[in-house]
Amino acid sequence: MTIISSKGSLDMAYPPLILATTAASMDFDVTIFFTFYGLDIIKKGMADKLKVSPLGNPAMPMPVPIPTLIASLPGMEVMATAMMKSMFNKHGVASIGTLLDLAKESGVKLIACQMTMDVMGVKQSDIISGVEFGGAAMWLDAAADAQINLFI
Amino acid sequence: MSADIKVDQVLDAKGLSCPLPILKTKKAIETLTKGQVLKVEATDPGSKNDMASWAKRTGNEVLKVEEGSGTFTFYIKKSA
Repeated sequence: MTIISSKGSLDMAYPPLILATTAASMDFDVTIFFTFYGLDIIKKGMADKLKVSPLGNPAMPMPVPIPTLIASLPGMEVMATAMMKSMFNKHGVASIGTLLDLAKESGVKLIACQMTMDVMGVKQSDIISGVEFGGAAMWLDAAADAQINLFI
Repeated sequence: MSADIKVDQVLDAKGLSCPLPILKTKKAIETLTKGQVLKVEATDPGSKNDMASWAKRTGNEVLKVEEGSGTFTFYIKKSA
């Protein structure tokens, strides 16, 4: 299985890592290609600092309904992030950092998109250990041999 | 009760959500030898179907599933 992880918000970091770790536990060969905002997930010290925004997401669970204008105010992102983390924690969901560690431990291959890194000014030393660097061809090579390929 | 099944190892996955019960089951089963039985206790309601899929895919056998007061108990025989 291969996954292209292209989003760097907390809610969008979960699906690639949950699927990758589970697939590895089911004896799949797994590759995750981190590109664009997905790179944030594998930047040093970022895994547990990812945020979720209530803006533009009518499905975001809130204690009380929040009008869009209010959702854009400073502090709302912090509040939404804290709320989502506490909900995850309460239900025994692993943190992004834990899932990343489990992914590496179970042999999931992690690739950082070198082109995105160059464009966004990210150095290889900014990325956590155990990650390889490459581009579209590297993903395509893995994807051609996989039965499940997802873009998230 | 399952006095008829000899359990070699017990895994407590209670209070954990997807995918942790499965990931921990995989780790635990790797420490066993073929034919040994792992007992897994979980509270994640999704684990009932997830465990069946995981076992099917990895070639292990779910001998028995017990359900009671919010807990699912799986007896998994290492077959692969």
